[in-house]
Amino acid sequence: MAITTTKTVAVTGNQAVAEAFRQLNPDVMPAYPITPSTGIMESFTKFVSDGKVDTETILVESEHSAMSACIGAAAAGGRVATATSSQGMALMWEMLHIASGYRLPILMALVNRALSAPLNIHGDHSDGMGMRDCSWIQLFCENAQEAYDNTIMAYRIAEHKDVRLPIAVNMDGFIISHSIESMQYITDEDVKKFVGEYLAIDPLLDIENPKSIGALVLPDYYMEHKRAQHQAMLNVKKVVQDVSAEFAKMTGRKYELFETYRLEDAEVAIVALNSAAGTIKDEIDRYREKGVKAGLLKPRMFRPFPHEEVGGALKNAKAICVMDRADSYGSYGPLFMEIASALAPFRGPVLFNKIYGLGGRDLMPLDVDQVIDETAEVAKTGKVKMLKEYITVRS
Amino acid sequence: MKQMNWKELPHAGSILKAGNANEYKTGSWRTFKPKWVEENCIQCLFCWIYCPDSAVMVKDEKMTGFDYDHCKGCGVCAMECPGKKGNKAIVMEEEGK
Repeated sequence: MAITTTKTVAVTGNQAVAEAFRQLNPDVMPAYPITPSTGIMESFTKFVSDGKVDTETILVESEHSAMSACIGAAAAGGRVATATSSQGMALMWEMLHIASGYRLPILMALVNRALSAPLNIHGDHSDGMGMRDCSWIQLFCENAQEAYDNTIMAYRIAEHKDVRLPIAVNMDGFIISHSIESMQYITDEDVKKFVGEYLAIDPLLDIENPKSIGALVLPDYYMEHKRAQHQAMLNVKKVVQDVSAEFAKMTGRKYELFETYRLEDAEVAIVALNSAAGTIKDEIDRYREKGVKAGLLKPRMFRPFPHEEVGGALKNAKAICVMDRADSYGSYGPLFMEIASALAPFRGPVLFNKIYGLGGRDLMPLDVDQVIDETAEVAKTGKVKMLKEYITVRS
Repeated sequence: MKQMNWKELPHAGSILKAGNANEYKTGSWRTFKPKWVEENCIQCLFCWIYCPDSAVMVKDEKMTGFDYDHCKGCGVCAMECPGKKGNKAIVMEEEGK
């Protein structure tokens, strides 16, 4: 159904993203179903069958083919989107580099799910972190509203002439993708106006001007290509800020590069991505009532990572616990490494790392309390017991 | 040819001019060089068909020699050449001899 008035609805994260896709009305949508992202394509292909969108869906034989078809369609000059999770993203991996190297602003809804083995279908961030170095813009979302809003903003960011990079919008599998939440849709008309017409750069279907993309590049030119790509990533931050400001004007919902919650005067700081932030905010409120100066930083833009701003926001804390829902085995969690880099210029806070919630393991309020207690203790003593440890695990 | 810096590269490194492969000279890659022995040539044009680099020059349906700016010296032409009475019309010689 067309949405003509701003209204509050009760939907799952997957439904919200499918609705955003309908409003964005991409030209082509190649996809291969995988839990927990299947719901997005299920809802979206219904829109296609019912004639609600102009999109051509391509049902392919694997995710590798899905991303390959995305690349072909985007290079031809189309606005393209796809959805996947976990092993599906892993199978796309080599093509993810092609998408960014060709500078194609493809949109991916990545419903975060643990990577096998052991086989698991539930939410953690190992897939998102697995595409960390693929030169895709990565936005992380706490709830269905954020997933919907970031999806609406995604093309504006990715297609900006100073950027032209693919973008992935992340939300937690099941916890967000399959839970019903109350949230607000924007009207079709407003979305259409906000997103605007797509202007392809050097499309292959412009047959009057034949061209080659993806030619072999030897050592005499490879680094120049990559330096140009690095520049595009550097340009993302300002575009995200500008697009978010325009979005706030339209909806009243403000998005920054990261969200801070009671962080300004916090001595005890927690850093975490996505849905866990909701639970952590509740517990921070409880600790604030008890007189503990606790606060949260929740990154929204993970790639490019805004090190300078994050460092500035965290530098006055006494102790920081970075909570990772993925591990870089043999090193620290991926988020911890970013925070450590962000704080490198500052000598203030003591930093340590907890790995939690792998394979969809619940993070309960009591687990968060343990983390806040330990961080408060570290803030007092300045001493860290274990730099990196698993929590929410039987020992 | 002056090499572009990263700011001068076309968007995404696309090649926006069609048919420019001719400007890329690959002749220096050669170790062995094909030599045309005209008296043994029966003008079958097998060399022209098989050459992977379009480096066999043909005029008025007759083989006239090699384009050494692009010939990489792979030797396929010499291999395929039937010659005349067992004598090859294309022979490979070491480059620089």
